[in-house]
Amino acid sequence: MAMTIHVDVVSAEEAIFSGLAEFVVLPGEAGELGIMPGHMPLMTRIKPGTVRILLPGAKEELIFVAGGLLEVQPGLVTVLADTAIRGNDLDHAKAMEAKKRAEEAMGTRSSKIDYARAQAELAEAVAQLAAIDRLRKRGH
Amino acid sequence: MAGSKEIRTKIKSVQNTRKITKAMEMVAASKMRKAQDRMRAARPYSEKIRRLAANLSQALITDYRHPFLVKSANVKRVGLIVVTTDKGLCGGLNTNILRQAMNTMRRWESSGISDIRVTAIGNKGLGFMQRLGAKVVSQATHMGDTPHLEKLIGPIKVVIDAYQAGEIDAVHIAYTRFINTMKQEPVIEQLLPLTGERLGTPESNWDYLYEPDAQTVIDDLLIRYVEALIYQSVAENMASEQSARMVAMKAATDNAGSVIKELQLVYNKARQAAITKEISEIVGGAAAIAG
Repeated sequence: MAMTIHVDVVSAEEAIFSGLAEFVVLPGEAGELGIMPGHMPLMTRIKPGTVRILLPGAKEELIFVAGGLLEVQPGLVTVLADTAIRGNDLDHAKAMEAKKRAEEAMGTRSSKIDYARAQAELAEAVAQLAAIDRLRKRGH
Repeated sequence: MAGSKEIRTKIKSVQNTRKITKAMEMVAASKMRKAQDRMRAARPYSEKIRRLAANLSQALITDYRHPFLVKSANVKRVGLIVVTTDKGLCGGLNTNILRQAMNTMRRWESSGISDIRVTAIGNKGLGFMQRLGAKVVSQATHMGDTPHLEKLIGPIKVVIDAYQAGEIDAVHIAYTRFINTMKQEPVIEQLLPLTGERLGTPESNWDYLYEPDAQTVIDDLLIRYVEALIYQSVAENMASEQSARMVAMKAATDNAGSVIKELQLVYNKARQAAITKEISEIVGGAAAIAG
């Protein structure tokens, strides 16, 4: 039996693949990377592209990743896949948008934090909950 | 039969309310299962990336210290990420977390932290923080039933950028931790700088080959780690939301049931009284004629 290496492909939202493989090909930042069992420890960024995993028995698994990170340990390959295409400009645009939305919504804010009012509001909500609880207990 | 019509209408209306709360309970129950699955699905990633970050933080002490790992001696400005739900009708979930956030903010202010920047994830927290007059620097609302990291990247970047630029000295996150269906707990945790206990102890110490260089890879990794932590909190908050809603709606359905029972009793009594009155009138009338 050929030598195998354990491969995990995970993204922040789900685990995509986990199992043994003979060979893994992925798009590294500096070019295509081929990882075989016994590869030296490596950490690199990967570009958007396809991860090709050759499984024992001449089968293969193709997974599209939108970039991410690759870690190679002796006997273990981990692909931390991104769920969205990333890039400094793209991320920056998203950040600006989030900021803008917040600023728009903040148009009419007073300078001082109004703790008293907020506390009154919360106390009211808590009192309501307590009242509901009491009513419930009485009802049964 | 005075008032019996009103009582009947009231019973009908409460019955309709019960139907709605029952439906909401069942919707929340099915969404809760999905939310829990998603929460679990996110765990392998955060676990992997945590281990990696732990390995790296140990390996790096000599040559490169990332700002995420350096503790600021004097914390004067703080970022707070508040994770709440978009919709209400989920019991005291948002109230509890917002109360805790508010108390923490007040404690910070009294201990000399002058600048608190809030990032609101979820409509309820956003509305509350705005009314409170807090400085909301970024926000993410309308997450839907599935949290997507893509929607969180923007608001997270605002916080991380501010941290990296030295505008804030620490970042905390407030969310509701999911313990089980019946129990959810509001927590406020420190996110940045990354603490040792959060990372855990490294299990092995590989001498990695970095491509293109150590610094860029580590920067990328740590940013993703922080994002994964926030994503995990949001996913957990969503599971908490659905279970809290399910429990709240179940309570509402039960309440409607007991209200209906009480009203039914009142109605029956009123009906009975009316019949008795009618009979006694007839008997009285007959007696008068016979006499």
